[in-house]
Amino acid sequence: MKQLALVIDLNVCVGCHACATSCKEWNTGGAAGPLTDQNPYGKDPSGTFFNRVQTYEVGEFPATETVHFPKSCLHCEDPPCVPVCPTGASYKRAEDGIVLVDYDKCIGCKYCAWACPYGAREIDEQQQVMKKCTLCVDRIYDTALPESERKPACVIACPTSARLFGDVHDPASDVSKAIAEHGGYALMPEWGTRPANQYLPKQPKQSVAAATVARGMDPRTIDGAMKP
Amino acid sequence: MNPAWSVILLTTLIGLGQGLLLAMFGVEVASRLALTGAPAAVFYLAGSALSVLCLGGGLLASFFHLGHPERAWRAAAMWRTSWLSREVIVLPAFIAAVTAYGAAHFYGWSCSLWIGATAALLAIALFICTAMIYICLKFLQEWHTPLTLVNFILLGCASGLLAAAVLAGFVWPLLMPALALVAGIVTAAAAVTRGMTLARNALLRPASTLQSAIGISDPKIAQKAQGAMGGSFNTREFFHRRTLQFVRSAKWFFLTAAFALPLLLIALSLTAAPPRLLTLAFAVQFAGLLAERWFFFAQARHPQNLYYQVIS
Amino acid sequence: MNAATIPVTASRALQQAVAGAVEVKNTTCYMCACRCGIRVTVRDGEVRYIDGNPAHPLNKGVICAKGASGIMKQNSPARLTRPLRRKAGAERGAGEFEAISWEEALSTIEQRLAKLRATDPKKFALFTGRDQMQALTGLFARQFGTPNYAAHGGFCSVNMAAGMIYTIGGSFWEFGGPDLDRAKLFVMLGTAEDHHSNPLKIAISKFKRDGGRFVSINPVRTGYSSVADEWVPIKPGTDGALLMALCHEIVREGLYDREFLARYTNAGYLVNLDTASNEFGLMACEAEDAVNNPFRRHSQLWWDRHSNRVVVNHTEGADPALTGEYRLADGTPVKPAFELLRERLRESTPEWAAAITGISAATIRRLAQEIGAVARDHKITLPIAWTDSWGRKHDSVTGNPVAFHAMRGLAAHSNGFQTVRALSILMSLLGTIDRPGGFRHKAPFPRSTPPVYARNPNKAEAVRPDMPLDGAALGFPARPDDLFVNADGSPVRIDKAFSWDYPLAIHGMMHNVITNAWRGDPYPIDTLMLFMANMAWNSTMNTSEVRRMLNDKNADGEYKIPFLIVCDAFESETTAFADLILPDTTYLERYDTMSMLDRPISEFDGPCDSVRVPVVAPKGECRPFQEVIVELASRLKFPAFTKPDGTRKFADYKDFIVNFETEPGSGQGFLIGWRGKDGSKVLVGEPNPDQWEMYAKNNCVFHYQMPPEHHWMRNWNQGYHEWAAKMKLRKFPDPVVIQIYCEVLQKFRLAAEGRGPDTRRPPESARARLLKYFDPLPFYYAPLEAQASDLMRYPLNAVTQRPMAMYHSWDSQNAWLRQIHTHNYLFVNPRTAEAQGIADGGWMWVESMHGRVRCLCRYSEAVEPGTVWTWNAIGKSKGAWGLSGDANESQRGFLLNHLIAEELPPVYGVRYSNSDPITGQAGWYDVRVNIRAADAAEPALSMPQFGAAARIAGVAK
Repeated sequence: MKQLALVIDLNVCVGCHACATSCKEWNTGGAAGPLTDQNPYGKDPSGTFFNRVQTYEVGEFPATETVHFPKSCLHCEDPPCVPVCPTGASYKRAEDGIVLVDYDKCIGCKYCAWACPYGAREIDEQQQVMKKCTLCVDRIYDTALPESERKPACVIACPTSARLFGDVHDPASDVSKAIAEHGGYALMPEWGTRPANQYLPKQPKQSVAAATVARGMDPRTIDGAMKP
Repeated sequence: MNPAWSVILLTTLIGLGQGLLLAMFGVEVASRLALTGAPAAVFYLAGSALSVLCLGGGLLASFFHLGHPERAWRAAAMWRTSWLSREVIVLPAFIAAVTAYGAAHFYGWSCSLWIGATAALLAIALFICTAMIYICLKFLQEWHTPLTLVNFILLGCASGLLAAAVLAGFVWPLLMPALALVAGIVTAAAAVTRGMTLARNALLRPASTLQSAIGISDPKIAQKAQGAMGGSFNTREFFHRRTLQFVRSAKWFFLTAAFALPLLLIALSLTAAPPRLLTLAFAVQFAGLLAERWFFFAQARHPQNLYYQVIS
Repeated sequence: MNAATIPVTASRALQQAVAGAVEVKNTTCYMCACRCGIRVTVRDGEVRYIDGNPAHPLNKGVICAKGASGIMKQNSPARLTRPLRRKAGAERGAGEFEAISWEEALSTIEQRLAKLRATDPKKFALFTGRDQMQALTGLFARQFGTPNYAAHGGFCSVNMAAGMIYTIGGSFWEFGGPDLDRAKLFVMLGTAEDHHSNPLKIAISKFKRDGGRFVSINPVRTGYSSVADEWVPIKPGTDGALLMALCHEIVREGLYDREFLARYTNAGYLVNLDTASNEFGLMACEAEDAVNNPFRRHSQLWWDRHSNRVVVNHTEGADPALTGEYRLADGTPVKPAFELLRERLRESTPEWAAAITGISAATIRRLAQEIGAVARDHKITLPIAWTDSWGRKHDSVTGNPVAFHAMRGLAAHSNGFQTVRALSILMSLLGTIDRPGGFRHKAPFPRSTPPVYARNPNKAEAVRPDMPLDGAALGFPARPDDLFVNADGSPVRIDKAFSWDYPLAIHGMMHNVITNAWRGDPYPIDTLMLFMANMAWNSTMNTSEVRRMLNDKNADGEYKIPFLIVCDAFESETTAFADLILPDTTYLERYDTMSMLDRPISEFDGPCDSVRVPVVAPKGECRPFQEVIVELASRLKFPAFTKPDGTRKFADYKDFIVNFETEPGSGQGFLIGWRGKDGSKVLVGEPNPDQWEMYAKNNCVFHYQMPPEHHWMRNWNQGYHEWAAKMKLRKFPDPVVIQIYCEVLQKFRLAAEGRGPDTRRPPESARARLLKYFDPLPFYYAPLEAQASDLMRYPLNAVTQRPMAMYHSWDSQNAWLRQIHTHNYLFVNPRTAEAQGIADGGWMWVESMHGRVRCLCRYSEAVEPGTVWTWNAIGKSKGAWGLSGDANESQRGFLLNHLIAEELPPVYGVRYSNSDPITGQAGWYDVRVNIRAADAAEPALSMPQFGAAARIAGVAK
């Protein structure tokens, strides 16, 4: 059975927020939209986004890593947000594992958001229905689009291609291979939610072995050594 | 969590309504067993009315929690999986049962005991549904304990018994001391279980950490940005944004108002027996229960909060 | 029509609303300076969706946070929609404007400018900010006859451009970049985000995935540095010392590419060391025998180590000695340039640099060895035959795969030129210039070092009433006689660029224009026209004072800068001070060119330019600045815009772009694609009336892919040079020899010593600076501001950078982007903050010798403890940009510019710009500060605050 998901490669994410605004742009105009904003030009502007890029600092100076961390719905295989929904508005599609909200059924009780340990759901303050990442379900199956563009907007936008998209149940898919090869991991494994989205860790490449100085052609044989 | 007044009112008011029904049913069983005399129908009638009023009030309050109250009827759909859905079904059923219970006493139906038994079962079921809404969220560790159910039942029963005692004071004073005594016992029991819960929660260590949240094992991780600076649903819904001092005050207030003062007033009422003392005890306790429920929500640390600590 | 990009809509109601004309149009983004190809979905004349164009060579379909938020630019409440005139009697800055017609606005300007042009053209100054049409604005200024023109390069990155162009004949960004497709080691210095934003992101990701190692040297670890495999924190402004030490190690360890240095640089050229000679320090030459470039000598001498005698460089069979000292036949003592460099580097030990940079000597050694070993041991050979400028045939191209990149972190210091020189020389020592895995040029570069035929005028007489300026306002001086000074040595330009104080200010010095004009030094002006530059806020140094200057009046009640014209699409802090506001369009509403005459978007493998075409109608009465320029130039009857019969030559901008030629019949114009009458010619050809349509049909971009033999070694690639000269990318097909030793600088030194081949001599006051800083070999010196600061009192460096989501953007009012960066914090290392009792998230004061700012503190482990920094230009003035008065930007956001002066503290009454003494590059990152906690009783409000700007009429709702 298919489980579509995103794999986020932290090793190349530079934190540019392209995924966040391209997501907002597609989805505010798409089936999930509009994603409304509050106080867009005033104090404490706020709005519904499906995807946000966060920043963490790991370690202490000078051994500091700056980690940019995009976060959206993880489309859990065992999504705690789905069974708690009283209306059935929140559901997981059998055919591809995408967790969706049916806005026409949502009563805006926010219980699903309480039931999500990841904070992946955001209520649309104006429309008062719960919203979340749809994996751009309104574009990935759109046959009017060329095959190469049948991907979530964030994936297409991402300049470092830090976002991979595919079927994590298919061991031959790029996402499955990336998870296997680069040690993909799930967030908060302690809750057994089995997130379909996974993250690839930072893997700093170590310094190449120190040069064996004066190996090969040494120009000093012609030019002489620098005076000390 | 950021406590919502709609949910605080819902859970405290229906708890009161449930407790009141259970108190009335207890009185009826006791009277049938000739442990006490049979109270006048007005006791049940007024009690049922008060219970329905509380339940209706709670239900009404709950609508204010919904983004789309006009679609509330849809909430009954997922009773197979959702405790919230179950609550949505049980609550109206229970209101109907309490109404029927009042009617049975008004019209003197002989089946009132059976209706009462049904209502009592529904009351218990409703306690379970309500509590399970919170208990089933396993990562909200402060809630994820059977004590949540015990507390909901005992706190609801304490307020219901106290309400029944006050009611008895007006319509059937003979029964008042006994009800007050039981209310005192249940309040004391609630104090014990709520105290146990506080002790338990004080020792809780969050299972989720920043390390598990972002999947990096380094002991030193600090968030610098959360992707939005003007606030988001995540910062509004899950943070009460009160000082530690305020939360601590709320705790001492509810411990005093929900347990210590009512117990004192009940004890005084047992010796001096002025019904007004019990009315005061009830009022103080209900205020205490509102604070208790505020604290219940405020104390719960949602793991999503790990992702929403710092802006820059 | 491509239905593909139409988003599916939500409800039935919405679907019905969609029933309009939907189409997808290609154009070019302008949310920043990157200029990606975009597809814009338009419905009923309204922008519905913008995504990256997969067919575009620059971004290959990706888009950034800004590009995807372009739709909100259209919806900005700060859009200016009508020409506005300051009400009679209203004070500047009060925001009291009245809407006027375009005709009134244009005739006002026309009359004023006609008078200035007929009397003293210098009195008109045109300075532009995020201008992507400098070829047009520059032409306008030149045709007007004013020397006072520049864009924002002088306060941006001119040190990077000048330092590299004067050394290797090209520079980073649109003129060249790292070859990350082939590099194995990538070293980035001081770059937060980049001009070449999306391409660099694409390249870094691919580089890392291909197994390359990425080292970032930066005081702060953000952006690209966050994905570096190693972060090397460094104190700001000390990169020069690090680079000198790296060069020291590379030379000491023998890790340099000798063959490359000998053949392709001037390392083997003999330098005249006869201290008594008029040519002391210049390259010894055989004779004045310009081969094919009359501006440049080609007969510099080598000491052939095989025959042990002097030969003309590149004599077949000879190999130059790079070290040692020799005597010419006439007894003149000489040394190869490399010998002089090696002597210079002797003292630049890792230990010396460690004390300056804060990087341990061991780390510097390790870095040097890694860099040198990768370059030496991982050679790349491409089987591409080519012929070098001296006729030698090579059957392959080789490369040493170490790539570098740097930008403002190196440039925006007053020692930046020499630092960038040091970087260019390090790259050259490693043999990585225009070779696989190293640095690659982009057309029209490489150009000569410098391109002396692109000359600015050099005398006061170049400015003549009612005549075009005799030369372009900006050029590349190669010697003292190229300076644009009056007979008495005083500057001709208002910003003092090309004066003895800032001789190589090739991008002008916009940051000093307002102060100089206000003071009347060198002279007062009448009309200042600003385009897309926020000179009353984040684009100026010393913001508070500059705002005061804009409002300052003479005793007669006239403003010191009498007339200020501002053209912008948005109500900014600067529009408030304007006497006349011209509402510009957004990028989605106009024609535009990314021209080869200007700053094209060329790729490594060939020249590339692009255009914008309007996808929606201009809002209100907005008019593109291009049209305004063409209109004014036509009304003022500038020669290039007027037919011989005196009538107007170009109908509009579109017509101008198609039909303008650099010289009559030159076949060279703004665009290189689809030239010739039928569009069959490239780069050079007659005007093509359908050129715009052909661009529009082809993703708005033209990319000429050169044959592989022209991809590499273009400094010395004969085939490429011949083609480039034919295509007018270069004037002469002569080699671009890397300037390890920079003769241009030595000529200024000689002039300061009162000798040398040039006739001009600097005034006494300028001598000391010329002698000190115009060193033909790179050296490190502390930034001028640090030299003038009490470092005990101001122990910390303060720097800024723009966040990726707003880099080079113009959009704090963008509803989506401002949710990401709503206000800014000062990032401080916890140890530094705690020592001052400043809490994480607490209010604090930052103070420099020029001013102080109250702001919020955020602890960060990703900043070197001696440095504090913030995201720049997030803070806004209250009420500006269409934001409410209580918006976070003005209440909690702040601007560091208040702490940074545009001038150094005067010494004995002599004022110098706070700039690089060679290029005039603004020393943004030189400021020294101290910090302390704000008192608990102080309000939670950033300081300084300014009165709320009144919302001005004629602004979009």
